[in-house]
Amino acid sequence: MDGLFQFGEYAGYVWSAYGISLLGLAVLTAVSWRAYAAAKRRAGSLGDGNCS
Amino acid sequence: MSAAWALFRRDVLLSVRIGGGFGLGIGFFVLVAVLLPLGVGRDLVLLERLAPGLIWLGAALAALLSLDHLFQADLEDGALDQFFLSQTPIEALLLAKVAAHWATTGLPLVFAAPVLALLLNLEAGNWPALMASLAVGTPALSLIGGAAAALTAGLRRGGMLLSLLTLPLYVPTLIFGAAAAAGGIAAPELLLLGGVSLVALVVAPVAAALALRLYVS
Amino acid sequence: MFGYANPERFWRLSSLLMPWVWGATAILFAIGLYAALVASPDDYQQGATVRIMYVHVPAMWMSLGAYAFIAVASFVSLIWRHVLADVAAKAAAPIGATFTALGLLTGSIWGKPMWGAWWAWDARLTSVLVLFFLYLGYMAMWAAIEDRTRAARAAAILALVGAINLPIIRFSVEWWNTLHQGASVLRAGGSALHASFLYPLLIMGLAYLFLFGALLLVRIRTEILSQRVLADQRRRAANEQLTSPIESEA
Repeated sequence: MDGLFQFGEYAGYVWSAYGISLLGLAVLTAVSWRAYAAAKRRAGSLGDGNCS
Repeated sequence: MSAAWALFRRDVLLSVRIGGGFGLGIGFFVLVAVLLPLGVGRDLVLLERLAPGLIWLGAALAALLSLDHLFQADLEDGALDQFFLSQTPIEALLLAKVAAHWATTGLPLVFAAPVLALLLNLEAGNWPALMASLAVGTPALSLIGGAAAALTAGLRRGGMLLSLLTLPLYVPTLIFGAAAAAGGIAAPELLLLGGVSLVALVVAPVAAALALRLYVS
Repeated sequence: MFGYANPERFWRLSSLLMPWVWGATAILFAIGLYAALVASPDDYQQGATVRIMYVHVPAMWMSLGAYAFIAVASFVSLIWRHVLADVAAKAAAPIGATFTALGLLTGSIWGKPMWGAWWAWDARLTSVLVLFFLYLGYMAMWAAIEDRTRAARAAAILALVGAINLPIIRFSVEWWNTLHQGASVLRAGGSALHASFLYPLLIMGLAYLFLFGALLLVRIRTEILSQRVLADQRRRAANEQLTSPIESEA
């Protein structure tokens, strides 16, 4: 694994960019799913079985 | 079109007598030019370079200050409903209101600009370009701002949202305006600025009418 | 008229699609990240920083793509009153805003080794910064109006006004940039992108696109559910008013 990820002096920049991107997308995904789960719970408690 | 003209006159008179438009805009405008050297220093060369952009920034902010209550009063006392019921097309009436706004904020700035230019060491040879750019570009500020004001009319704390909405929309006007002011009377930016104003002239009244319909029915 | 106008049909269709879209997203990201971080060579001029392009450019593509989506959905919402149109537009906005923010951040990180400054007012980045404010304004518009139908219309008008302005803004920023002799453009390896850089870029681009779609499906479903809850609440409130012995009508 030695030759891989040899980014030299730019390593910090590359990893920061990827880190921020993946973190941002992960947070967006998590927030979206949690809101979905919460909405499902609230709709389910109303007892309308219209959606699967 | 007499209804539109009457509306224009009414708004101008209201603005001048009751204030909130006329004095506020000019006062702010001058304040900006007086405070800048205090903030940035006496370097006359620097001030001269900053002058066109700063004066334009002052014009944009001055327009923004008075846009807040463009539709407020008419919305509250029901005059807005009357506009929609009138025989004159709503877009014409809205154009009259925007024109009144421009007459009391943008137009005075055109004539106040040489004073600021003097304070900021902008040489007199540049003044025609400066005034021309303001004359051509401030209508765009009033039009675009008017459309945004229509969208936020009747909202509590609508002022903050109004600023957020207008900021991106003012970018082309600001860029071409400042460049035209610095570039001389024959600068291509002046034509581009005119183009922006023309597009605004067509789009803004329609967008504003659509937006205000929401607050009527 | 429109197949998916009925939320029920959309609901069933999205239920079917979701696992596949999410699965494809995961696979594309896996392949893309490998291609970007391992398989891709370094650039002759920019060294390893060219790899930042693989997260920066797709974010920028999606930031513009999401806004185009919102503009089209807003148009449909205003003209045809399609039921799902404004739901779709509202759902897409936070996704687009996130992509925009990521594009700006990665652009800044890429710029530092290239230009020596975290922000050098490059034409492209500046336009995207303005776009970011358009997104913020759009989301604030939805939040500011309580009545859902009104909020949808106001947001739709705003989205279209912004869409008309976008090319003008882009043009003016480009113009402004050339006036002031800005720094060199953010680009890798010259005017044409060599194949070894193009493939990872396209894969990552697809990954971002599928993620947009996957998140959009989740958010639209969430919105449909919340509307159902709201409609139900209103129905119950109205029923209570009818059966209540106190004043019958306000």
